[in-house]
Amino acid sequence: MSEVYVITSGKGGVGKTTTSANIGAGLAELDKKVILIDTDIGLRNLDVVLGLENRIIYNLVDVIEGKCRIKQAVIKDSRFPNLSLLPSSQAKDKTAVTPYQMRKLIEQLKSDYDYILLDCPAGIEQGFSNAVAGAEHAIIVTTPEVSAIRDADRVSGLLSSRGIEDIHLIVNRLRWDLIKKGDMMSVDDVVDILGLSLLGCIPDDEQVVISTNHGYPVIDIKSPAGAAFGDICRRLTGDEDEVSYHNYRRGLLNRLGRLLKIS
Amino acid sequence: MKFFKIFSRKSGNVARERLQNVLIADRVGCSASTLENIRSDMNHVLSKYVEVDTKHTDYKIIIKNGNGVHSKQPVLIAYIPFGQAENTVKDA
Repeated sequence: MSEVYVITSGKGGVGKTTTSANIGAGLAELDKKVILIDTDIGLRNLDVVLGLENRIIYNLVDVIEGKCRIKQAVIKDSRFPNLSLLPSSQAKDKTAVTPYQMRKLIEQLKSDYDYILLDCPAGIEQGFSNAVAGAEHAIIVTTPEVSAIRDADRVSGLLSSRGIEDIHLIVNRLRWDLIKKGDMMSVDDVVDILGLSLLGCIPDDEQVVISTNHGYPVIDIKSPAGAAFGDICRRLTGDEDEVSYHNYRRGLLNRLGRLLKIS
Repeated sequence: MKFFKIFSRKSGNVARERLQNVLIADRVGCSASTLENIRSDMNHVLSKYVEVDTKHTDYKIIIKNGNGVHSKQPVLIAYIPFGQAENTVKDA
């Protein structure tokens, strides 16, 4: 039976899709069967972040409209044997799917996967409603910036009002140099303000840009961000308790001896 | 001269305080201007019965701590310094 997570934020551009891709890949590497679902209809991105954009034949909307079977639309990632992707449609928009249809789809997928991860679009309109429809748990991604935190707070309230009480927080794009100078809010500040349980924090890491350019999840690359995502996955599966704060400066030293792991 | 005032405090602390205030307002749907309206209406009502130092009244929304963010209770706190109390209703 699956655990169904929605990865959301309210604010756009804080790292939901990157987080979804890397948690998906990371859990797959921990031998969990994972399906990632891109629910951003009309603006699909999970496929391109994972480097699977050339493998798409059918998508989420095709499945829901009955144009194909689920298995025809699901893409298996050859680099991560336990990882599957159900891509979104680039042509339609968020009204093409209803929350009821999403719930039904997730019910059908539950028996095949250990984790169902729903990458939620930005905003709180129908895209959000579709993404949270079948979810039991939520991961809110935010950055330590006023607008992102404000939106995260709103989303947290909306999730509670829809019955999702198990909400975890990821603080992304930390700049330890700015935090040290007092020019960026710390992880503790963000956790205190939002009052959410911290799942992990990810440093701002240029390796994320590089990996995304290649279409390869950063979790598999020796980097501060990769290590942070690794910790997050182990904490999700219960293998690790403490949140580690990956220092960007240490990452710079690591860069001298970095190896690119190709499975 | 204003520039010095803006940059003397650490921006991280400024951001945190601003956020705490704006989130309280967001959560209860009570903006700063609404609070100001509450303040002036309350001053008017109170002044009918007692002498109140209206210049120094203050109304704040605080979050009373509970367990978890959504069982925290937003509470309106009033600070009302009295002048001399009156027993009868003042003439309008």
